[in-house]
Amino acid sequence: MATDEAAGLVVIGGSHAGHQVAIAARAAGFEGPVTVLSDERELPYQRPPLSKAYLMGKQPREALLFRPAAFYEEQGIDLRLGVSATAIDRAAHTVTCDNGTVLSYRKLVIATGTRVRPLTVPGSDLVGVHYIRTLADIDAMLAELDRVKSVVVIGGGFIGLEGAAALKTMGRDVAVVELADRLMTRGVGKTVSTFYADHHRSQGVDVRLSTGVERLEGENGQVTGVILSGGETLPADMVIVGIGVLPNQEIAEEAGVDCANGIIVDENTQTSDPDILAVGDCAQFEGRFYDGSLRLESVQNATDQARTAGATVSGEKKPYDSAPWFWSDQFDLKLQMTGITVGYDTEVIRGDVAAGEFSVFYFKGDTWLGTDTVNQPANHIASRRLLDAGYALSQAEAADEGLALKELVKAARKGG
Amino acid sequence: MPKVTYRQHDGSEETLEVRAGTSLMLGALTGGVEGIEAECGGSCMCATCHVYVDEAWLDKLPKVQVLEDEMLDDTASERKPNSRLSCQIEMSDALDGIVVELPESQI
Ligand SMILES: Cc1cc2nc3c(=O)[nH]c(=O)nc-3n(C[C@H](O)[C@H](O)[C@H](O)COP(=O)(O)OP(=O)(O)OC[C@H]3O[C@@H](n4cnc5c(N)ncnc54)[C@H](O)[C@@H]3O)c2cc1C
Ligand code: FES
Repeated sequence: MATDEAAGLVVIGGSHAGHQVAIAARAAGFEGPVTVLSDERELPYQRPPLSKAYLMGKQPREALLFRPAAFYEEQGIDLRLGVSATAIDRAAHTVTCDNGTVLSYRKLVIATGTRVRPLTVPGSDLVGVHYIRTLADIDAMLAELDRVKSVVVIGGGFIGLEGAAALKTMGRDVAVVELADRLMTRGVGKTVSTFYADHHRSQGVDVRLSTGVERLEGENGQVTGVILSGGETLPADMVIVGIGVLPNQEIAEEAGVDCANGIIVDENTQTSDPDILAVGDCAQFEGRFYDGSLRLESVQNATDQARTAGATVSGEKKPYDSAPWFWSDQFDLKLQMTGITVGYDTEVIRGDVAAGEFSVFYFKGDTWLGTDTVNQPANHIASRRLLDAGYALSQAEAADEGLALKELVKAARKGG
Repeated sequence: MPKVTYRQHDGSEETLEVRAGTSLMLGALTGGVEGIEAECGGSCMCATCHVYVDEAWLDKLPKVQVLEDEMLDDTASERKPNSRLSCQIEMSDALDGIVVELPESQI
């Protein structure tokens, strides 16, 4: 069906990925209107500090914003805050919003991200139970924090552990309850998990592994404790839930766009409908860094895919092919990760684990998958570059402390 | 409030007040200065906040730490002796008047 001449680019979602799509499209010379719909009321802001500096009061609210309002105006980006897209009509090339507006698009980019997986045990809706996803979530936590002494974090993933570290640093009693037998199972290997469990414990965090939650108990509607699977009760006047997220893919699914665990896209971020693209946390894709298809939840993935989408909608090609990277700040430790290391069978370690300065290189058979570093940034950056270059690091090279990875990067670049 | 001058690659300049304690990266972004991406938001993970610091000010800056040094090897535009990551430079009264130049490209 013919599309409206005046129709331009419509982006659903205005966070890391969505705002960057609009900027990248303008940078690539996209002509015509660019509209970004965001159901949050804030100007686009960064999420990583929410569980780190912002929670600890070290980063003011204004410093979370990517850009001031005037920037979007100057770029000709029509940012509509507090507006939710409710349906896509692919035949008519339109998007319907909850405020009744119907927008025509030539190209549509879905950057709807993820939402938190809700806790469902009895007591989950008590006052004092919080999630860490949006600025509004953290502001709600901060408003209660003054009267909070004990916090229980449910879920030992990155975000939960960052929250635990921040609140412990702020003088609260903190416990972390994790169902798996180690921390951050989806992101790091055994050595790093064990090191972080030890470190949290050394800082006074009560880390409970292989432990489930039966229910939450409360008084007058306010949470007072967490009942564990073994029957024990941990006191809590605040509970933080960090048990993962779910992709916001329903709007695509309902329009008949192919989805699995995320909206399926190709290397140009196009979905099964070439006029509809998807980027960031909600998009599922295949690539050379992982055998199979995956969905990543990281700033790097959101930003790089958004740049690809900005190029694609402008008629350029900039296939998405960068090595994944991610970081996490807990206490004074800097954890940096690159590659996709799930499914590894061998860890090769450099440095001194006990001293908190080490790197773990992950292998599946002879294939190097990626590297985690703790306070060893040089090995992180070099690993990232080697993965980008397609370098097949061997276990012997990984183990050789005398071999500076940086030298391999130089050689790989010269050769390639 | 101390002032920072951001010079674009084409020579045009903007002078802004940046509160002490705020990074030069954030000063540029909130002030609407173009030419800085800062995709990691100041975590020293992306090297897309690269600037060249006017020689006269180099000595007054805090030393380059290991992480910044490694990241500086990874900038899109050439690393020079006066290259710094603007997210790692905190504004202070001692830096009032500092001039930084933006590279041709950050990505
Ligand atoms: C507390 C926290 C800490 C993190 N720390 C790190 C870190 O240290 N390093 C790192 O790399 N990554 C980190 N991440 C992950 C990173 O923030 C995400 O990968 C990133 O936000 C993904 O961006 P996105 O735009 O794809 O999705 P999202 O950030 O989820 O944004 C999607 C946006 O779309 C909006 N939306 C959804 N549906 C609609 C609709 N129908 N209409 C209009 N708007 C809609 C949502 O409200 C949301 O604003 C962290 C995340 C959190 C929550
Ligand atoms: S903002 Fe990413 S390194 Fe400075």
